[in-house]
Amino acid sequence: MSARDGILRAIRQNRPSGTYALPPLPDFAPLVGDDLIASFGERLERMGGRLAQAGPDGDPLGAVRERLAGARVVASAVPEVAGNRDLARVAHPADLADVDVAVVRAVFGVAETGSVLFTQDELRVNAVAYLAQHLIVLLDPADLLVNIQAAYRRPEFGRSAYAVLHTGPSATADIEGVLIHGAQGVRSLTVVLLART
Amino acid sequence: MSAPDDLRIHDGAADRGGLIHPEIRQPDDESERGPDGSRLQHAEGTTQPLSAAPKAAQAREPQPRGARIRGNRPIDQAEAAERFIAAPLHLKAHDERLWDLRKKRDAVAHTIPEWEELRELASQIKAHTLTNLDAYLEQFEAQAKANGVHVHWAADGAEHNRIVHGILTDHGARTLIKSKSMLTEECGFRHYMDAHGIEIIETDLGERIQQLDKEEPSHVVCPAVHKTRLDVAEVFARTLGTDPENDDIHYLAESQRETTRPYILTADAGMTGCNFAIAETGTVVTCTNEGNADLSGNVPKLQIHSIGIEKLIPRVEHLGVFIRLLSRSALGSPITQYTSHFRAPRAGTEMHMVLVDNGRSARLGMEAFWTSLKCIRCGACMNTCPVYRRSGGLSYGATYSGPIGLIIDPTFNKRKYSTLPFSSTMNGSCTNVCPVKINIHEQIFAWRKVLAEEHEIPLVKKGMMKAAGQVLSRPAAYRAAIGAADSALRVLPRFAVYNPLNTWGRGREMPETPRQSFHAWYKQNRAKTDGAA
Repeated sequence: MSARDGILRAIRQNRPSGTYALPPLPDFAPLVGDDLIASFGERLERMGGRLAQAGPDGDPLGAVRERLAGARVVASAVPEVAGNRDLARVAHPADLADVDVAVVRAVFGVAETGSVLFTQDELRVNAVAYLAQHLIVLLDPADLLVNIQAAYRRPEFGRSAYAVLHTGPSATADIEGVLIHGAQGVRSLTVVLLART
Repeated sequence: MSAPDDLRIHDGAADRGGLIHPEIRQPDDESERGPDGSRLQHAEGTTQPLSAAPKAAQAREPQPRGARIRGNRPIDQAEAAERFIAAPLHLKAHDERLWDLRKKRDAVAHTIPEWEELRELASQIKAHTLTNLDAYLEQFEAQAKANGVHVHWAADGAEHNRIVHGILTDHGARTLIKSKSMLTEECGFRHYMDAHGIEIIETDLGERIQQLDKEEPSHVVCPAVHKTRLDVAEVFARTLGTDPENDDIHYLAESQRETTRPYILTADAGMTGCNFAIAETGTVVTCTNEGNADLSGNVPKLQIHSIGIEKLIPRVEHLGVFIRLLSRSALGSPITQYTSHFRAPRAGTEMHMVLVDNGRSARLGMEAFWTSLKCIRCGACMNTCPVYRRSGGLSYGATYSGPIGLIIDPTFNKRKYSTLPFSSTMNGSCTNVCPVKINIHEQIFAWRKVLAEEHEIPLVKKGMMKAAGQVLSRPAAYRAAIGAADSALRVLPRFAVYNPLNTWGRGREMPETPRQSFHAWYKQNRAKTDGAA
């Protein structure tokens, strides 16, 4: 008998008695106020991320221009920012090891947690969101969802090869509880509010 | 919600800044700060600077090591715990750090009005899935195959290791980067691959520290929580060539990042564990703070996900319950930095999923213990457990430590882990914090009974249980005895409590007991007005 059949047979033989129905999920009231942007920003910053404020001239990218200008290698997956590393021509993800800043657009944001969602379509090369030193995320304020429950009703999870919620940057506190950003992935994550064009 | 159930919190803790060991509070530490300059405390970060080994301030204290493993002989957890207690710097840091996580968990849970409802839903979803596990596994398999994933089934850890070795051999793979997985610890995966010439690199910082020190993880979420910065500096100096005098935590973490990155870039294969497997979509979900699971799954051309069969949940929408509970219960953080959903291979790569039983289907048939399969490995029961906090995870000499370990480990080996269900004060705090409402302390008690019936209990413990059992088994006699003796503890024969062989009476006096028992107080004050006796 194959391992598969053996396991399934054992599960059937050992099924606990009683019937346990799958409970319906209630609609939980959102735990954020009407100002989703304020809630999102506050929670994102508590999770170690940054919400970029528009520059004095109203330039939404004002807060990240300096970082972009100082970067040697910029991999951009968005039309709003010009990079110098073409993600369409990456032969192997490891070739992105020298990326200083990656710029990607989020599918949506979650106000309850300060999270943003990407799929393989936004990232172009999934690994860029981890191998880059810093990540800049464009988010349309109209794409903010109230909570995680709302997020998991979105179709992206059922159809994407890869979908990932990022909440702030890579972090660890595995040594004495001291919090360090950039454990293994990006050292910073900055969200720029910018409507889709 | 209940008040903190650790008695010391009522014992002048407020005067000590809420700390158990106020002497380890530091004026500051290297933790990251937010835009307003405030100290951040997400992920596993502490709420305030805590260290029993601040820079250059303390004499070095050798790290206490775990239980001595002697083949199949019963683990002497108490002996290892005694060595842990004899290392006060380590003990205090460990105790305080985990209690801090417990307090963070409470604080964040209290901000969610539906917290208790979420726990109940999570428990019911798991009960439903486990009692229909065959159908959900078949659905998961069919979906994963339709997504282009290779699905394998492993009856036990050895078969898991053979299957993965076979996949690696087929691809000529010699190096594998992986993220933390308790399942692969269970399978002895690293040791097996070592023996077969495959290089395994753990990419979680805590797990990497443990791998380099040739120790098992001591905690399901914080694998190196029992080590101080000085211990880590020593391990990294010895294995990575770092400066042994530099115990700055940014330096240590950065050294690990810099030395691991080349492996990530060149590894032939990547592996992750699995927090949740979704039957409806064939998706593997991982929850990490470092992003290392995403590197393991997204950089090498070959990716493998090892899945315990109890990780199944029916639908994507159920993540809306579990994701809200997991990190809050584990760390008091609203979510992990990364919640990753792996469903199908990237173009030009191969994706494998290995469904592993390793005793789970047998556990399903154990009437008193099958609900332990609901466990989502958050570690909340460990953080709250007074025995765990003062003995360290390695003292259990098993893959799973703390309260959940006490009820899982004996299912793997009844003799070797026969003593573990006695490493509990039966205070029930573990049950109170469990996000999927496993009745952990009742299962601990049930294991004691099973082990007694199967003659796996040492003689001394049997005698004590008999004496206590006379009284404890009959509520009326118990109450009468408490009333007469002022203290439940004094119901037990003194020799049973202070007997040199009773490990939990050793080295401590029993606490002062209240003048009046709760039951007597309730009867006197409330029963009259409520009209209930």
